[in-house]
Amino acid sequence: MMMDYVWLIPLFPFVGFLINGLLGKNLPKNVVGIIGSMAVGLSFLVTLCIFMHTLQLPPDARHVEKVVYTWISSGPFQVQVAFLIDPLSLVMLLIVSGVSTLIHIYSIGYMHDDPGFYRFFTYLNLFVSMMLILVSANNFLLMFVGWEGVGLCSYLLIGYYYEKKSASDAGKKAFVVNRIGDFGFLLGMFLIFWNFGSLNFQEVFALAAKYPVGSGIITGICLCLFVGACGKSAQLPLYVWLPDAMEGPTPVSALIHAATMVTAGVYMVARCSALYSLAPFALTVVATIGALTAIFAATIGVTQFDIKRVLAYSTVSQLGYMFLACGVGAYVSGIFHLMTHAFFKALLFLGSGSVMHGLSGELDMRKMGNLRKHMPITYWTFLLATLAIAGIFPFAGFFSKDEILFHSLVDGKAIYWGIATIAAFITAFYMFRAVFMTFHGESRVDPHVHVHESPPTMTVPLMILAGLSVVGGFVGIPLIKGAHVFRDFLAPAITPVAHHGAGHPTAAFEIGMMAFSMGVAALGIYLAYKMYILFPDLPGQVADKFRTIYDLVYHKYYVDEVYDTVVVEPIKEGSNILWRQVDEKGIDGVVNGSAGIVAFLSAHLRKLETGFVQNYALAILLGMVVITGYLIGR
Amino acid sequence: MQLPILSILVFFPVLGAVLLSILDRKNHTLLKQVTLGLSLAEFLFSLPLWFYFDSQTAAMQFVERYNWLPQYGISYYVGIDGFSLLLIMLSTFLTPLCVLATWTDIQHRVKEFMICLLTLMAGMLGVFVSLDLFLFYVFWEVMLIPMYLLIGIWGNPARRVYAAIKFFLFTMFGSVLMLVAILVLYFYYGKTTGTYTFDLLKLYSLNVPFHMQFWMFLAFGLAFAIKVPMFPFHTWLPDAHTEAPTVGSVILAAVLLKMGTYGFLRFNMPLFPQAAHYFVPLFSILAVIGIVYGALVSMVQKDLKRLVAFSSVSHLGFVMLGLFTFTMPGVQGGIIQMINHGLSTGALFLIVGMIYERRHTRMIAEFGGISTVMPIYATIFMIVTLSSIGLPGLNGFVGEFLILLGAFKTNPIYATIAASGVIFAACYMLWMFQRVMFGEVTNEKNKELKDLSCREIAIFLPLLLFIVWIGVYPNTFLSKTKATTENFVSLMEKAKSTEVSLIHGDKGEAR
Repeated sequence: MMMDYVWLIPLFPFVGFLINGLLGKNLPKNVVGIIGSMAVGLSFLVTLCIFMHTLQLPPDARHVEKVVYTWISSGPFQVQVAFLIDPLSLVMLLIVSGVSTLIHIYSIGYMHDDPGFYRFFTYLNLFVSMMLILVSANNFLLMFVGWEGVGLCSYLLIGYYYEKKSASDAGKKAFVVNRIGDFGFLLGMFLIFWNFGSLNFQEVFALAAKYPVGSGIITGICLCLFVGACGKSAQLPLYVWLPDAMEGPTPVSALIHAATMVTAGVYMVARCSALYSLAPFALTVVATIGALTAIFAATIGVTQFDIKRVLAYSTVSQLGYMFLACGVGAYVSGIFHLMTHAFFKALLFLGSGSVMHGLSGELDMRKMGNLRKHMPITYWTFLLATLAIAGIFPFAGFFSKDEILFHSLVDGKAIYWGIATIAAFITAFYMFRAVFMTFHGESRVDPHVHVHESPPTMTVPLMILAGLSVVGGFVGIPLIKGAHVFRDFLAPAITPVAHHGAGHPTAAFEIGMMAFSMGVAALGIYLAYKMYILFPDLPGQVADKFRTIYDLVYHKYYVDEVYDTVVVEPIKEGSNILWRQVDEKGIDGVVNGSAGIVAFLSAHLRKLETGFVQNYALAILLGMVVITGYLIGR
Repeated sequence: MQLPILSILVFFPVLGAVLLSILDRKNHTLLKQVTLGLSLAEFLFSLPLWFYFDSQTAAMQFVERYNWLPQYGISYYVGIDGFSLLLIMLSTFLTPLCVLATWTDIQHRVKEFMICLLTLMAGMLGVFVSLDLFLFYVFWEVMLIPMYLLIGIWGNPARRVYAAIKFFLFTMFGSVLMLVAILVLYFYYGKTTGTYTFDLLKLYSLNVPFHMQFWMFLAFGLAFAIKVPMFPFHTWLPDAHTEAPTVGSVILAAVLLKMGTYGFLRFNMPLFPQAAHYFVPLFSILAVIGIVYGALVSMVQKDLKRLVAFSSVSHLGFVMLGLFTFTMPGVQGGIIQMINHGLSTGALFLIVGMIYERRHTRMIAEFGGISTVMPIYATIFMIVTLSSIGLPGLNGFVGEFLILLGAFKTNPIYATIAASGVIFAACYMLWMFQRVMFGEVTNEKNKELKDLSCREIAIFLPLLLFIVWIGVYPNTFLSKTKATTENFVSLMEKAKSTEVSLIHGDKGEAR
């Protein structure tokens, strides 16, 4: 039976990792690339088979756990290497293995001239393997293995160009910031284990269901886990590593820092919907952080000129949307947006990579312009993805984003909806700003650069992703009963929040909202058109007029600088004090001091040992006098 | 099992040392080959322990007992249980690797060096197998001398004497108090039962009044705490590690430090269980301080060996925290973490030693961009670094996770602070790795560095095997310590219920 082979899914890329890692150096580049891509492709095929098989099962039977072996066993603590196949993990597996396959193929072309080609594919395969473990684990600890494993690969791939200091700095920053999140994850696991006696999802969720809504312990667990999610999914205040992560090769940005790894936090919250639905306070925190991150990152995106940085802040912002959705209890919408985002954001990054490829590595949009003539495929696919992210009907992003806006108003608070709508406006604006600056207007390209379209290994994945960005939303058609197949499929894996008599709004209301959010997006696009096509001088004038605010946003609100002065430097300083003052002067001072006292005493005492018999005789005489005197006078 | 395996293990290296002493002192290769052969044989001799060890029982196994000085109740009494088995295997496993690592490193007084190494090995194994307090103390002291010589003779000329004497005095200071406590225990046992004995298992059964437990726990505890080393008794360690030759550092870190943690498990806690409970806060707090303090100080070190040395303080803090939880995960995690630390930190010292051999400096600032010139070295270094910072899937994670899990049950606050050590570990290790391995090669002297030789790779392969094995399938090792730990945990639980009455009764008496 197909389900028994679920362990093959993470195994294929792992084997690819081993082969390329051990032998890749001596293999031709094409072979390395094919091995890497095949490994991931096979995982995708196995996933597809399992998916097909699952569809034939009745909805409530779509939950299969396969134990491979007992991993750690110590007294009451037992944890297994075991996989869980249910609708949620299947959706994630399909997204991860599917998008990964495309990006692997793309990388064969993109990385072709890189001397570390095999190293790149080695890391990339390991990443996919870890990511597949993350989304298919049946318990928290194995999920954590994948969780840290993808973090490691992210570290290695961000710092792929390790000779560049900025790259290795960024890699380290990503790892350390993620570790802060993982610290929360660890504490969450400890709380779970000592309260439920297990780390298995199913067992924990079943026991948790007996707790009342709002129970302190569940809220604590959810908050701890959410710290982990903030780290991995780059939410406030731990988002700072993601923009820097753009130091990695562009396929890495597309795969890890847009489509898959960074969504792990959203997956985790959705996976734990049984816990979060019992913790209204935790949900409020999730929604608030999500909404704030969505708008905060979007504003920074407006001022950046590095095309990858624009996309990076956009990713942070879109992840905020997903958390907002989860926070208002619309987990399915969060995962829905996760999926459509994986398509269009991967496409955007790969598109920007194609632009870089065509411009010999240029990233600054001020040195682009009018590229649509030279790179038609890149242009059209990029444009489709931009329409999708802006939320224009009928592209994929429209459906998922609209759902989030709808639920944030109906199930959440008006303020969430307000923030999300403004963020949607900004998103449409900065994304079209990027399109216009890159592909339209006057060419500002360095005349020495020979602009060219990318090879088919790169453009074919672009076209496939473009197709998905166009039609991907149709699995979740609103209003018509039974047309939201995505929701119906996921339903068995999600525990909804118990609502207190929230009436279902009318269809007219829902259509009205859609129209409104489309209008907002169109407004953003129009503004971008006005500023970057009609009046190209306008942006500079606006910047001058609001110089202080502009500078603040341009410098990303100085968050990195604040963290440096408030956290990093004091820790370094303090550690130096601990070393120099406490360790060397304090503790060792006492140690050497006591040795010094002994030395001092013996140095003086030895003066008594003169070696002259007369002196000793005198001392003896004196002693006798004193003793006799004492005895007599007693 | 009829063969006296434990005695063979302890005395075979001594015989080997005698054999070495008659060999030609000029023929370095022969000396090294013979020592390698001897240590490999020793490792083979230890394998039956692993395979014939009965993991179902907490009783002592492979026991041998002969009267030594019966009039004083002193016997040659050895045996092992789950606590000692893994440490013995670690010692016999590492020694051949250490001999291989000296191949080009040690060039003068090779004969004496090898003799020291073998004697050291005998001493270490003796400590782990002794079940007689007197015998234990003899081995404990015997082992000091070769280590002292290793640092003092083959160390770094500038400060080796200071480091060696500091190491010696620190350890002696603790040992003397322990000796006093051993004698007090001996006489107390004699007074209450009428027979005088150093037999550890008999002494276990003694109900020592709390006020005596209090002082004796401190006396034993100080000796072991210095050895571990626990904050604030750790300052001998950075000096000893930095000045010792590579192999000295490896053995020091991998095995000698474990004698401290082992001492707590074998002697302190079971002999004085009520006092152990009483001192949980003190020792847990010191352990937690050690974890964070070690990590922070490690971060700002400029010398690679010092950095690794301070990281040991942090790692051993984890072990102590785990042992003092008296829970299954905590204690089993602590034992696994002892082995993990032996493997990863041992490997780290080898890594530092190999680059030192090439460049004759350990200053981080002298390096940079080594990945480009030494890719194989870089890969191994990376894996070991990841093992040291507890990446899941490698060994370090299993130990740290179990320890923190156990600690969280007994005291969530300690566990939370300790868990922050996981963040700092990533900081200091990755920052160090970045400064040494990444970037461009700026220093001319680094441009011509040779990557690892086959011999050097061969040293690492067995280490890497176990780094992965423990990470992926720790049950191989956890199952060996299971019965012993269960027994220990239930013993400590029983003691806890009597602790309260003991302390109160004691105070009532004082009034």
